[in-house]
Amino acid sequence: MNDAAVHDDHHDHDHKPTGIGRWLFSTNHKDIGTMYLVFSLFMFFVGGAMALVIRAELFQPGMQFVDPQFFNSMTTVHALVMIFGALMPAGVGLANWMIPIMIGAPDMAMPRMNNMSFWILPFAFTLLLSTFFMPGGAPAGGWTMYPPLVLQLGDGFPFLIFAVHFLGISSIMGAINIIATVFNMRAPGMTFMRLPLFVWTWIITAFLLIASMPVLAGAVTMLLTDKFFGTAFFDAAGGGDPLLFQHVFWFFGHPEVYILVLPSFGIISQIIPTFARKPLFGYASMVYATASIAFLSFFVWAHHMFAVGMPLTGELFFMYATMAIAVPTGVKIFNWTATMWKGSMTFETPMLFSIGVLFMFSIGGFSGLMMGITPVDFQYHDTYFIVAHFHYVIVPGIIYGVIAGVYYWLPKWTGVMYDEKLGKLHFWLSTISVNVLFFPMHFIGLAGMPRRIPDYSTQFADWNAIISIGGFVFGLSQLILVWVVIKCARGDGEKATDQVWESAHGLEFTLPSPPPFHSFTTPPVVTDATAHS
Amino acid sequence: MAKDPTRTAKKLALFAVAMFGFGFALVPIYEVVCEATGIGGRTGVISQSEAEADQVDAERLVTVEFDTNVDSALPWAFKAAEFNMKVHPGEMAEAVFVVENRSDKPVIGKAVPSVAPPIASKFFDKTECFCFTEQRLEAGERKEMIVRFVVGSQLPEDILIMTLSYRFFQVPDNADVAISDTKAVKTKI
Repeated sequence: MNDAAVHDDHHDHDHKPTGIGRWLFSTNHKDIGTMYLVFSLFMFFVGGAMALVIRAELFQPGMQFVDPQFFNSMTTVHALVMIFGALMPAGVGLANWMIPIMIGAPDMAMPRMNNMSFWILPFAFTLLLSTFFMPGGAPAGGWTMYPPLVLQLGDGFPFLIFAVHFLGISSIMGAINIIATVFNMRAPGMTFMRLPLFVWTWIITAFLLIASMPVLAGAVTMLLTDKFFGTAFFDAAGGGDPLLFQHVFWFFGHPEVYILVLPSFGIISQIIPTFARKPLFGYASMVYATASIAFLSFFVWAHHMFAVGMPLTGELFFMYATMAIAVPTGVKIFNWTATMWKGSMTFETPMLFSIGVLFMFSIGGFSGLMMGITPVDFQYHDTYFIVAHFHYVIVPGIIYGVIAGVYYWLPKWTGVMYDEKLGKLHFWLSTISVNVLFFPMHFIGLAGMPRRIPDYSTQFADWNAIISIGGFVFGLSQLILVWVVIKCARGDGEKATDQVWESAHGLEFTLPSPPPFHSFTTPPVVTDATAHS
Repeated sequence: MAKDPTRTAKKLALFAVAMFGFGFALVPIYEVVCEATGIGGRTGVISQSEAEADQVDAERLVTVEFDTNVDSALPWAFKAAEFNMKVHPGEMAEAVFVVENRSDKPVIGKAVPSVAPPIASKFFDKTECFCFTEQRLEAGERKEMIVRFVVGSQLPEDILIMTLSYRFFQVPDNADVAISDTKAVKTKI
């Protein structure tokens, strides 16, 4: 930023700061976006390695590789790393890279805050992961941090709490930045109802973040004071109620689910029209459906805790509210399908991953509906059925969406086409293995295998072996993505055009590939004809 | 640029701070909801005269089961003398619990009650309970404790059985033996 100010050279677009300082002190939305995405990819493999420890242990019944305490740490930290380290930074990274160039802004509204919100992340994860080397070990009471179990954690406890605080602060700052950018820095003519859907889903996500993350911060603060300052928010002996934590946690936790998934919905809403060569079907209904999902997400939290003993009216309320979310979600699924209907479709890698989202997110959505039915949830509760459910919505739902976005915009970011053959190989290997990995979990869950256990009854042995094989194939397949990204980053590939894809629309595709370091210093004018929708 | 992103950001930051406060506000809100719905199974406390004012419904019989737990940190044994009893709604009943200190040191504990199903807890009131005060047991001491309670006559018809559960927790400040025995054993008949 200072460099740009010193050299008052408007034509010299690509003048970048050099060396490590370019990244450490970056206020450039593209560089920060890149750092977010690289960090996210790294954490994806950290969390993935933990998942493979879990799958290696569960390959056979009996104890083979790790002790139960470490196994529990693996499930707990896998979740924390994937949610806060891989999924959320991936979403924020894409937002950083794409939102300014999608709305015709020169950069994010608060570039310095943007820098800070990224650099908090490595510190937060250093805090979290350092607990592995502490007396008492890493968090092992589940990522939901339920008291009183979580209070039994050793020296790592305050590190866990402060890591969550930092992650919360980082994502709240990111969210504030995104809203401030979109509300104030749109190009002339870029009205709200002309915003690309990715931008829309991110506005709504950002509001969810600002509304729910502080509640989590409050909940973990109460844990901290319960442990160290003698309060009794969740301590039954002192007149508190451990159930209260679950209510407060899931008041955050359910919107968090949509914080993760909505950006992914936005991404495939960009991609499907491009490869179906048709405008998105029902743009306005997409916006309203997304907003409805977000609104409803604050009224369904207790469906995570049907089994705790609630009054019947409470169970019914949360059951119906949960069912209601299926309506706007159904609208979105319908619109994506209708967009493809009679389109001139081609199946490049981003499109394949997007269709993967459509199919496999729906599988997760349906098992979610099953669990939303209170009476039957008592069978599914805390079994592998729920593990199957949320991994279906997260892996082929959210992660596929992010991967689709990476393939879709990678040529824009780097200026070279990715290797289509490798991309397709990545898709098919992932899609076959992800189903081998997660689909049988439905069966063993219905048969009664509990989640979060290092050992199991021998009746589940065959499926677990198959699941583990799926897990290892899926994990290793992701290395293809790394290779594809490295190849593009090194400029190894066909030169990409400005538009990249034959039928891609939107302001980001009016810029050269790769876009200059500073873009849209004079705002473009958006009309109905050039608007994305 | 006519608009001011900093203003937007400040408003949003204020909103985030307010939501942090809301997280804490959920604590009293939860109290109120628990009070109104019986979630948490909290039992009520009434006076002797209030208890006697209730109409006894001799037509109905409700089973009250007793459940006893001891926190893992507390070296006590704790049992109900009878596992369950049948009472008429509105009738004053008395149950006996036995607690024993199995350690070689005096220990202070406190019992926390709860009633399930939650809706029944709204109609479950005690006039006297060992859970009102901290209990001090000498090394190896065994003590009988009573609870007097009334299941309100307004109890919904469909509730035929309920559970009164107690869990004894250790009172942290164990070295402090200032609590006198007269204070620990409360007698008010």
